Amino acid sequence: MIAKPINNRAWFFVLPVLGFVLFSSIVPTMTVVNYSVQDTMGANNFFWNGDQWFRDLLNPTTAIGQRFNDALFRTLAFSLTCLLVEIPLGIAVALCAPRKGWAVGPALVVVALPMLIPWNVVGTIWQIFTREDIGLFGAALTGLGLPYNVTQEAISAWTTIVVMDVWHWTPLVVLLSYAGLRAIPDAYYQAARIDGASRWAVFSKIELPKLQKVLVIAVLLRFMQTFMIYTEPFVVTGGGPGSATTFLSIDLDKIALGQVDLGNAAAMSLVYYLITLTVCYVFFTIMTQLERRRDV
Amino acid sequence: MRNDALPRVLFAAYVLVLMLPIYWLIKMSLQSNTDIMSGLTLYPRHPSFEKYIAIFNDPTWVHGFGVSLSYVAINTAISVAVALPAAYAFNRYHFLGDKHLFFWLLTNLMAPAAVFAMPFFQLYYAVGLFDTVWAVALAHCLFNVPLAVWILEGFVGGVPREIDETAAIDGYSFPRFFIRIFLPLIANGIGVTAFFCFMFSWVEQLLATTLTSSHALPFAAVMTRAYSVAGMDWSLLAAAGVLTMIPGAVVIWFVRNHIAKGFALGRV
Repeated sequence: MIAKPINNRAWFFVLPVLGFVLFSSIVPTMTVVNYSVQDTMGANNFFWNGDQWFRDLLNPTTAIGQRFNDALFRTLAFSLTCLLVEIPLGIAVALCAPRKGWAVGPALVVVALPMLIPWNVVGTIWQIFTREDIGLFGAALTGLGLPYNVTQEAISAWTTIVVMDVWHWTPLVVLLSYAGLRAIPDAYYQAARIDGASRWAVFSKIELPKLQKVLVIAVLLRFMQTFMIYTEPFVVTGGGPGSATTFLSIDLDKIALGQVDLGNAAAMSLVYYLITLTVCYVFFTIMTQLERRRDV
Repeated sequence: MRNDALPRVLFAAYVLVLMLPIYWLIKMSLQSNTDIMSGLTLYPRHPSFEKYIAIFNDPTWVHGFGVSLSYVAINTAISVAVALPAAYAFNRYHFLGDKHLFFWLLTNLMAPAAVFAMPFFQLYYAVGLFDTVWAVALAHCLFNVPLAVWILEGFVGGVPREIDETAAIDGYSFPRFFIRIFLPLIANGIGVTAFFCFMFSWVEQLLATTLTSSHALPFAAVMTRAYSVAGMDWSLLAAAGVLTMIPGAVVIWFVRNHIAKGFALGRV
């Protein structure tokens, strides 16, 4: 591979993107930063508060620190659970999907359908679908004798949110993996057949390495989305029962809009943002390094 | 020999499970509220299109649908248009701070909308765009533009650099090369990118409802009408929900071949 030429005029190509993104990002970000270092006595009267909000937040013995820790733990557990289910399931479904014939078009459309529903509608669908009296899912589980109750019981609420997210977002992994699989030239499969490779060998030696690039996109997008999940659990459980499904963004919203505690909310969102950023950066760097090592 | 029947059965089973909640929504939209609440039924006993007709005859709903479609269309057009040259630059050249800039763009996908809702409201109110489709279209650029750059960069990488050089030798000016030769080569990528932009803009509701009040109320915000003092109008809500799926289904039908042909991300 030839090295890319150095050309600083390429900046002109990037300027429009920079403009559009900066317009929507810089003022809101700075507003949040401002709130995070100030306190108010109301009536738009702000004064400097230094790093006190951050100290409180990161100290687990304070009320807010405790609350933040709990929500952070819940959110991480939720993200991990979803990734562990969605990524393997998505790859498996993509492997099973039809590759040619009339079924390809309709199959893609039905698989993608859950992703194309506005998030509050997704919440509404599952709110109804999981009711014991008029929803199929709730009625089936109750019929089996399980103690299923989304509004009363933490495990039910938690399972419902995970199942909903798997239903909603596995299609993204399927579509990305499917596209990645289609990009593998037939010659690779022919060579494997001549060598008498097993199905597992074809998967682990050809398909999985070729999927790496799309899987990086899938994992990163899914991590960010599950880590920031807001609308769907808000509609289905409202963060309850108790605080069982109060994920970070729901908690933030409660603090910022419910209690109008802007300092705490701002400090919390910055820390939250930095955590997301760090996880993504580490993952991104490891994956690109691995890829480079394989290419050499 | 590879058995072909098993994958097909598994895939059909997955699709079946996937469709259940959607079927439930469609079923409810065809029932009356008394039918819905009277107990569990697997199919509508007295199907009627009453709620759909009610929605089509109500200008607020129709207007809401138009608003949603227009900001999504504007956003998709802007995102793809500005992301194309940027994706080309990121893939073809090294320039000062390119890697940091790329990662910074991605960080904008990580901003939780719940946090930014308030500052966004203040910003768009201050510039006088509040309650217009432009506010929502621009706000959605925050996450759609970086996403578009990210996806397109992979597709640009799938086009060999020799093509750029050959075109230059043949005397094509850069803009002419870009439009006449390069864009057709990454048509699949543009299709896929447009689909993703459409999707994420169409499903995002928090910013869309925060940035609008009455003139540019998106469809999903009109749906809150179903929650009234008289209780939930489940049937109306379900009918509106079914309608929100249609534009997405149409768009993916048009780009299905682009997706099937694959992200040229392999760089084989």
